[in-house]
Amino acid sequence: MTATKERADEFLRQAERIAVEVVAPAAHDVDRDARFPVEAFDALREESLLSLLIPQELGGAGATVAQVADITFELGRHCASTGLIYAMHQSQVASLVRHGRSAFFREYLAEMADTELLLASATTEVGVGGDVRTSLCTVERQDSGSIRLEKMAPVISYGQHSDAILATARRAPESPPNDQVLVLCRPPGLKLESISGWDTLGFRGTCSLGFKLVAEEDESCILDDSYGEISSRTMLPVSHLLWSSVWLGLATAAADKARHFVRAEARKKPGVTPPSALRLAEMVAQLQRMEELVRGSVRRYDQQIDDVDVLSSMGFAIAMNSLKVSASTLVVDIVNRSMLILGMAGYREDSPHSLGRILRDAHGAAIMVNNDRINSNTAQMLLVHKDQ
Amino acid sequence: MEEAIRTILAEHGHLPVEVDKLRDEDDLYQAGMTSHASVNVMLALEDEFDIEFPERMLRKSTFESVAAIRFAISELSES
Repeated sequence: MTATKERADEFLRQAERIAVEVVAPAAHDVDRDARFPVEAFDALREESLLSLLIPQELGGAGATVAQVADITFELGRHCASTGLIYAMHQSQVASLVRHGRSAFFREYLAEMADTELLLASATTEVGVGGDVRTSLCTVERQDSGSIRLEKMAPVISYGQHSDAILATARRAPESPPNDQVLVLCRPPGLKLESISGWDTLGFRGTCSLGFKLVAEEDESCILDDSYGEISSRTMLPVSHLLWSSVWLGLATAAADKARHFVRAEARKKPGVTPPSALRLAEMVAQLQRMEELVRGSVRRYDQQIDDVDVLSSMGFAIAMNSLKVSASTLVVDIVNRSMLILGMAGYREDSPHSLGRILRDAHGAAIMVNNDRINSNTAQMLLVHKDQ
Repeated sequence: MEEAIRTILAEHGHLPVEVDKLRDEDDLYQAGMTSHASVNVMLALEDEFDIEFPERMLRKSTFESVAAIRFAISELSES
């Protein structure tokens, strides 16, 4: 059962309120100090917005990906780091909802809904060159019957602020690198030791430090489906859809500043169309492209979510890759156009129209999970894929 | 056909195990075939058997074992 429209609207109103009253005022500090947006996540927990995707029968709201994407967009509009953390969390929740079918995971989802747990992910690993579909570390069986996992992760976004981490690993010591499982790692069995810092141009509040992760858990913490299946059907598409929603929020924030600026210019000399208005027209056309791309892709995914044949097809994988590449390219384009419209007002750091933070965040979109890697993967598939 | 499939797997599958040691039903992905390697296997199969895998067949399950590949090729060769 999914959330009714009225309930979904209520959640969205709460998210809009939090975005304006809590997220926006903290955004500058979060960026400057590269700190976790703790007040934003306290507020999101308070309104039960972390567990939205969990089915109603397990205590969640049974929200659709589109409903979560709307909230992600609102958060991204005011603080891209907050939006991105929310997006990453929800793609982990979606993976548990769709692929954690065992009694253990159903119970864990109910606990998440009850206590609003925040999930992080550890997919990349030192030594695999960024290829998340390959693991070196492995699940080890202990004599005690528990399992143990030790992983050197170059990045675990907000790892030290999360309540649990989903980590990839080889199924067993004898498994090849691509035979991966996803393991739920929680305290007290979970230990994190930081191995690198996070001082970047943008998305500074995601605190994406590197960690040595050591986890001891029960066998039941391994998800039922293989990581390959979880990734292609749920984790990758939901990530790309929600990240794109964050970037759409960023692009919209830049566009809003430009629109406001042009209107103010026009009011100074009624009857004379300011030269920047033409640039605004071009920029708004790009923003419309991006909106249609992101919202259309989200809507289609919700329609296809139960069609395993579609979700495991090559055409779907290509579409999800292309969405990420297009949206991350469009956001930079729209922010650049806004900068030209705003001129010095956007370029200055001490102006209310400043685009500094937005520009730095926007460039992270193509870099965090590099577009070149995604395009290489798409290029491979296009060698055999036939358009219908 | 069986032999040609196994030759292609040996050449393009980049499996960490010997192809001859795999049974017909063994899962090739669990045996270590990456999705990158599987694309090369598809290309070589299309060339060898003069077929084209349509979009509906371009999924993991079509290429998950020697038996599955043989089944897919016979289906395409008949039509």
